[in-house]
Amino acid sequence: MTRWKISVDKHVCISSAMCVAIAPGRFVLDGQQRSGPVEADIDPDEEVRDAAASCPSEAISLVDADTGQPVDLD
Amino acid sequence: MTVDSSPVKFTPALPGQPAADIGAISGDRPVFRAELPDGRIVWLVSGYENVRQMITDRRFSRALAVAPGQARPGAEMFAAGSINGLDPPEQTRLRKLVASAFTVRRVEALRPRVASIVNELIDAVLDRPQPVDLVAGFSLPLPSQVICEMLGVPAADLEQFHAWSDVIIGDWQRDSDEIMTALAELYGYFGALIESKRAQPADDLMSALIAARDDADRLSEEELTVMCCTLLVGGHETTANHINLSLLLLFDHPDELAKLRGDPELIPGAVEELLRCVRLGSLLPARMTKEDVTIGGVTIPAGEQVIALTSTANKDPSVFSDPDRFDVTRDAANHMTFGAGAHHCIGAQLARVELQEAFRGLIGRLPGLRLAVPASELEFKPGMVIHSLRELPVRWGEP
Repeated sequence: MTRWKISVDKHVCISSAMCVAIAPGRFVLDGQQRSGPVEADIDPDEEVRDAAASCPSEAISLVDADTGQPVDLD
Repeated sequence: MTVDSSPVKFTPALPGQPAADIGAISGDRPVFRAELPDGRIVWLVSGYENVRQMITDRRFSRALAVAPGQARPGAEMFAAGSINGLDPPEQTRLRKLVASAFTVRRVEALRPRVASIVNELIDAVLDRPQPVDLVAGFSLPLPSQVICEMLGVPAADLEQFHAWSDVIIGDWQRDSDEIMTALAELYGYFGALIESKRAQPADDLMSALIAARDDADRLSEEELTVMCCTLLVGGHETTANHINLSLLLLFDHPDELAKLRGDPELIPGAVEELLRCVRLGSLLPARMTKEDVTIGGVTIPAGEQVIALTSTANKDPSVFSDPDRFDVTRDAANHMTFGAGAHHCIGAQLARVELQEAFRGLIGRLPGLRLAVPASELEFKPGMVIHSLRELPVRWGEP
């Protein structure tokens, strides 16, 4: 069973919070309004894929947890 | 929690007037019901955390608020079916098709082109006798030319296009027949342009969207037309007037303007502070509750219209100390002017780059830039969606 690993580069995040709205329960903003994953290892989830594809600063990285290969965002 | 939910009358301040004192109007309630000048009864949400929570919460729906049969001001007819008037996941499907063109990285690559348009426009300004109207000579053509080049719209059509855009987003009180006519003409114009682009594709966003439709069926023909219109309309009036209103704010604070003259490295930070402080429009579009939602300790029933007061978020003292002070050196990057969540302004990065390059050019090349008439004589176009200046006559050089 494929698992995905989410990470967010907080230095690149511009606090648009698009991920918070597009994939509810998957991302949360910290005190500086920067995003991070609620859980880093997840089952594949189309909303998380949408959130990564929609991030205006391309701060969200989504990889296959086993292979480390980037998940296709299309 | 039981609250007094009888609506209070709320009239957004006119352009050029001081912002309404929300605390006084609401009796310091962060979430309250209000009757707007157009008769709509809405809930207003204020304060940084409440605004953030509301606009990132999918239980507040844009699609329901712009649905036929709802009380909608003119510009909302334009939003229906667009990325501004849909909810995820439909909204995400459409937005993803253009999102990559507006990322930080892609927009940064456009910066040299933006800077060169700024320089060409200032060259032309310098060739004219003073005073010069910066609306016609700079602030409107800059973002218009940039978004036209991105989309692949002929710049020669801009004037006609501005006339439609003025009708559609310019006046809340306007007869809706007039707005529908302008919308139909704008859609007709884009329909024809899409056909000619389809025959002769180019390296532009419109051609990419046409390919997404024709090759992969990722959007309908109507969605394609609406997307082009949305990007073109959204891409210029906002930025143009942000340039205008930012200049007025800077003219009002000569010490802050002098800091930027002395150190242009301050301009990117100053742009964030200008975005925080300038009041570009009156009210954001409404959303509608899909179910009962509790926010700020108040439960809003399902089926109610709700509007986030982003200006109160930008002036929240728990986030921005001494919030009414305009300070180009403060860290204002967490302002809420571009919104947040699924509807975070798609052109935010483009607007930032345009504003930064605009002020770099204006401040650097037009020393002594100042208003040529008293600020009280400036006229705004009638309407309440965006505070849109008719003219901005300026002089520069030695007084």
